[in-house]
Amino acid sequence: MPTLDIHAPPAGPAGGFPYAGSNVSLRERAYRIRRHALRMGEVQGQGYIAQALGIADVLAVSYFHALRHRPDDVHWEGRDRFLLSIGHYAIALYAALIEAGILPESDIETYGTDESRLPMSGMAAYTPGMEMTGGSLGHGVGIAVGMALGLKRKHSNSFVYTLFSDGELNEGSIWEGVMGAAHWQLDNLIGIVDVNDQQADGPSSAMSSREPLHERFRAFGWHTQRVDGNDIDAVVAAFDAARAARVAAPRIVICDTQMAKGVSFFETRERNHFLRVEPGEWQQAIALLDETFSGKTL
Amino acid sequence: MSTAQTTAAPKKRLATSAMIASIATADQRTTAAPFGNALVELAKSRPEIVGLSADLAKYTDMHIFAKAYPERFYQMGMAEQLLMMAAAGLAREGTVPFVTTYAVFAARRAYDFICMAIAEEKLNVKIVCALPGLTSGYGPSHQATEDIAIFRGMPNLTIIDPADALEIEQAVPAIAAHEGPVYMRLLRGNVPLILDEYGYTFEIGKAKSLRPGNDVLVVSTGLATMRALQAAEMLGKDGIGVEVLHAATIKPLDLDTIMTAAGKGGRLVVVAENHTVIGGLGEAIAAGLLRAGIAPKFRQIGLPDEFLAAGALPTLHDRYGISTAAMVQQIKGWL
Ligand SMILES: Cc1ncc(C[n+]2csc(CCOP(=O)(O)OP(=O)(O)O)c2C)c(N)n1
Ligand SMILES: [Mg+2]
Repeated sequence: MPTLDIHAPPAGPAGGFPYAGSNVSLRERAYRIRRHALRMGEVQGQGYIAQALGIADVLAVSYFHALRHRPDDVHWEGRDRFLLSIGHYAIALYAALIEAGILPESDIETYGTDESRLPMSGMAAYTPGMEMTGGSLGHGVGIAVGMALGLKRKHSNSFVYTLFSDGELNEGSIWEGVMGAAHWQLDNLIGIVDVNDQQADGPSSAMSSREPLHERFRAFGWHTQRVDGNDIDAVVAAFDAARAARVAAPRIVICDTQMAKGVSFFETRERNHFLRVEPGEWQQAIALLDETFSGKTL
Repeated sequence: MSTAQTTAAPKKRLATSAMIASIATADQRTTAAPFGNALVELAKSRPEIVGLSADLAKYTDMHIFAKAYPERFYQMGMAEQLLMMAAAGLAREGTVPFVTTYAVFAARRAYDFICMAIAEEKLNVKIVCALPGLTSGYGPSHQATEDIAIFRGMPNLTIIDPADALEIEQAVPAIAAHEGPVYMRLLRGNVPLILDEYGYTFEIGKAKSLRPGNDVLVVSTGLATMRALQAAEMLGKDGIGVEVLHAATIKPLDLDTIMTAAGKGGRLVVVAENHTVIGGLGEAIAAGLLRAGIAPKFRQIGLPDEFLAAGALPTLHDRYGISTAAMVQQIKGWL
C-alpha cells in the first residue's frame, strides 16, 4: 500500500478550502450556526438543540477551516469526507451546511416536517452534504475505516472525519472500528468525539465509558489530543495538528463541550438529553445569542 | 400496497412527532406507563425480577422500575449486545431479567446475542422493546418494521404484540410466569386504553374475538387491532359487518382459533399488522391456512417492503396504509 503524503497540495480552488482567507471569523460562523439551529428548533418546537449549541464551535472549525469541500458540489471527489455518526445531531450539521452555503437558508422552515430534506435524524439519501445515515448509533467509525481504506486505494489525499459521541463509546462496534483504524494505520482518518457528559438516561461519566478517555484512545494506538471543544482557537490548533502529524496512525480529537453553549438560560437548565424548551423561548434564545455576539465583536 | 388518498393539501406541513410522543389521539383514554407500573407491582412479590436497559430506561418506561428498585436495576449504557449477554448471565444465576431497548436495536444489532446466549439456552429473559413497527417518524433507524419477521425465525422465542395499556398490564405478569424467553413489543408513555370495553383478558398463545361480523374477518395484532376496531365501527355504519380477532401472541400462533374463524363461510379474511407484509402475522396465517387446506379470499394490511420515510406519524400511517381511514378504504376496495 502506498504511503499517503498528506502535504501534497489538494485539488480545487484555494487548495480546496472554500473559506480560506474569508474575512468572516470562525466565532461569527459558530454564532450563525447556533442561530440557524435555534430557528430550526422553533419550526419543530423541539430538537436536539443543546447538542447543536454545544458542538457549533467544532462544526465551524470543521466547515470553515479544516475541511476541503466545494459548497456547490457535494460529490467533488477531492473533498474531505465528513461522517456524522450521531444522527440525532443532524440539526447541528444542517445548521453548518446552511452556513457553508451547501443548503439554502430557506430549508430552515422545513426542518423535520413532512417531505423535508432535513429529517430529525440524519440520513444520507435526504440531505446534500450528509454523507452517512446515522440514528442507529455506533456506525460512523467503522464506515470511516472503510472509506479511509478506499481513499488510500485511490491514492487520494482526502481525509475522512467522523463525529461521534461519548454515549457512542458504550457501543462495542465503536471499539471494533477504533482497533481496525489503528491496525490499518489510517493516518487519513480523523475522529472527533463530543464529550458533553450526557446521554439518554443520564451523564456519560456514570455509564460504562469511563475516563480517562484520552488514555484509552492512546492505548488503542491513536494519535490523541483532548481540547475544550468550545475554545475555537484550541480546536483549530488540534485539527491542524491532527492533519499535520507524521505518524502512521488514526487521529482523535476529543472535544469536551458544554451542552447548550451560548444560551445561558439553557446552559443552567436541568441537564437532559432532550432539552425542554417552551414555545416563547426560541426567540428569547436567539435574541440573547445576537446580543452576546454583537457585544463581543464591538 | 394501496395507500390512502389525502383529501386536501394541508396548509402547514405536519411536524415529526417527538421520539417519546404518544400514539394516542386527543379523544382517547390512556394509561400512563402501563409497562413500568405493572413491572413495579409484580416485582413486589417476585424478588427474582431484575431490570436492565441500554441507555433507554426513560424511553421504555423502565425508569419507573429503576426508581422503585434501584438495587435491582442495571444500567448497561448504550450497549445492546452487552445488554442481552448480561441478561443471559443474570438468568443463568436465577434471576428473571426484564430488558428494554428500542425494537430496532434488539432485532438488528443484538440478534446473535439473543439467539445464542438467550433463546438457544431457553433462558428466562423477557425482552420488551419500544418503537415497534411504524411508531417513530425518525426514519428507518428507529422504525422496527421487520422485527417480527426477524424474531419469528428464532426457535424457543415467544412473541407478543399487545394492543393497548390493559393488555400490557396483563402481559407483564403473564410473561414473567411463562418459562423461557419472550419478545414483547411495547407501547410506552400515555398508552391508549381500549380493550377494557371488550371484556378482554390476555392469555399467552390465545387469539380472541373482540367483535362479531358477517362480511369480513380481520385478524390483527398490536397497534393494528386498535385501528381495526375503529375501522370496523366505521364499516359497520356502511352496513359492512367486520369481526375483529385479536392475535396478541404471534408465536406460538393460535392457528386453531384462526382457522375456525377463517373457515366460517365466505368471508373476506384480512390480516392487519404494524409490520412489513413480509414475514409477520399475515404470512404466518397464510401459511397456516394453506397447510390446512383453507383458502378464503385473503388480503394483508401492513407496511410495504421498503425503507419508510421520515415525517409525522399520522401522515405516515395514512401513506403506508395502517391508519383507520386507510384500513377502511382498503377493505372497501377488496369487497
Ligand atoms: C444503537 C442505538 N442505541 C440506542 C439509541 C437511542 N439513543 C439515541 S441518542 C442516545 C444517547 C447517545 O449518547 P450521546 O450521543 O452522547 O447523547 P447526547 O450527548 O446527545 O445526550 C441513545 C441511547 C440509538 N439511537 N442507537
Ligand atoms: Mg453525549
